[in-house]
Amino acid sequence: MEYSFEPFLLSFKLASIVSIILFLVALPLAWKLSLSRSKLKPIYEALSALPIVLPPTVLGFYVLYALSQNSPLGSLLEEYLGVKLVFNFYGLVIASCIYSFPFMLQPLQSGFESLPKSLIEASYLCGKSNFQTLLHVALPNIKSSLLTAIVITFAHTIGEFGVVLMVGGSISGETKVASIAIYEFVETLDYRSAHIYSAIMVAISFFVLLLVYVFNYKQKKIGFLR
Amino acid sequence: MIDIDIIKRLEGSNGELKLDIKLEIKEGSFVSILGKSGSGKTTLLRILAGLESSAGHIEIDGEFWLNKKIFVHPRQRSVGFVFQDYTLFPNMSVFENLLFAKDDKKLAISLLEMTELDNLKDRYPLKLSGGQQQRVSICRALMRKPKILLLDEPLSALDMQMREKLQTEILKLHKTFGTTTIMVSHSPNEIYKMSDFVALIEDGKVKKYGKPKDILLKTSGSQKFSFGGRILDIYRADILKIAVIAIDNQIVEIVLDSNEAEILKIGDSVRVSTKAFSPIVSKI
Repeated sequence: MEYSFEPFLLSFKLASIVSIILFLVALPLAWKLSLSRSKLKPIYEALSALPIVLPPTVLGFYVLYALSQNSPLGSLLEEYLGVKLVFNFYGLVIASCIYSFPFMLQPLQSGFESLPKSLIEASYLCGKSNFQTLLHVALPNIKSSLLTAIVITFAHTIGEFGVVLMVGGSISGETKVASIAIYEFVETLDYRSAHIYSAIMVAISFFVLLLVYVFNYKQKKIGFLR
Repeated sequence: MIDIDIIKRLEGSNGELKLDIKLEIKEGSFVSILGKSGSGKTTLLRILAGLESSAGHIEIDGEFWLNKKIFVHPRQRSVGFVFQDYTLFPNMSVFENLLFAKDDKKLAISLLEMTELDNLKDRYPLKLSGGQQQRVSICRALMRKPKILLLDEPLSALDMQMREKLQTEILKLHKTFGTTTIMVSHSPNEIYKMSDFVALIEDGKVKKYGKPKDILLKTSGSQKFSFGGRILDIYRADILKIAVIAIDNQIVEIVLDSNEAEILKIGDSVRVSTKAFSPIVSKI
């Protein structure tokens, strides 16, 4: 029997795109939240952490509904932009971005919050703006949090199942990612394929995590970890 | 002239504290702030730097940094701030730390030469000793040639020898740059050596302001020697009672008379003074 690695490629493509989008979206938010002294902060934090506790099916259901023609948003998108976002790759990207959002936001935010406050103040006192402080002082000193955020988001997107199934279905080459392929192998009692795919997933996940821990350990050793 | 008049309520370790500070500081002078911990000294410096908000006003050379309508952001105030724990940017070398404040290589090099750090300019802060880090931090604070230099217990984490060396260096820089320097310090010795004026702060208010000699020296009248200290131990030797008293960094034994021995107990803060005698001062 021949094996197609398309589901893996699709998983990687999805995870890469989601990681890039979320990095750009979550970074400024994490920075703002870390500096915020607003009373509303817990509300923002609770909202952003929702995807961690909600069953993927709940999230998938809402996203599916929001993007479908039956919802105001979905019909608006289809009417004015002519785009359909359910059961295709773009829908997957949107759903995955929501699902993996806290995994990007939280390590970044806790990285920023672990920086001594005086370091940020010292930068202001050097005449630097908020943006310059973020770029030259905050980011270079939370390297391990940056890596953790990106890698965990990537790995988490590869590992997702429920949301993808709800929003994307299982269309070969379009929305059939590795985790769904495994589910289908098991359903059709093709255990051999399921074994091979699953073993590959375990290996990839392990090496990704190993990478994070080795890097963080090295950072700690040079005394740079924040 | 620097005119400070600020009011702020603080949640201190000893409950609520109303910080109400009025000070007029002559330009170019070196002022020390003395007071117990929790009396609002650091907060005063932070308000001057713009790191904390406050009611009242701060006026520097006719320019308002703070009043009812104006709040100038720290980045726009002409202040240099030296934190107690150095706060250098760990991702930048010594030289880069200075240039981050202002891109003026010539000034950076001359500052590093003045503080004998020029051979360390490519090192990273975490590879420096505490004294070296604090000197870099002082240099960085001066890069923008600030009107006011604020020092928050800059030398408290250093050993005696390094302290004395840095006291001299700070004074030299203060004079070279002609800044007005305001330093929080606990050490009377340091304050006496460095300052033109001292502000004694108690419970959030300026209790005394004047020359170090008038405020720090505890002698009055015919007393020749007077030191504040704390009783570490009282023990009996035959019929005498002897107190061991810590005065600053030194410990002395003093015989108590029976009246004194009754009133005093271990842990008391005491004044040790003596009248009319002529001490001998000789070189060690």
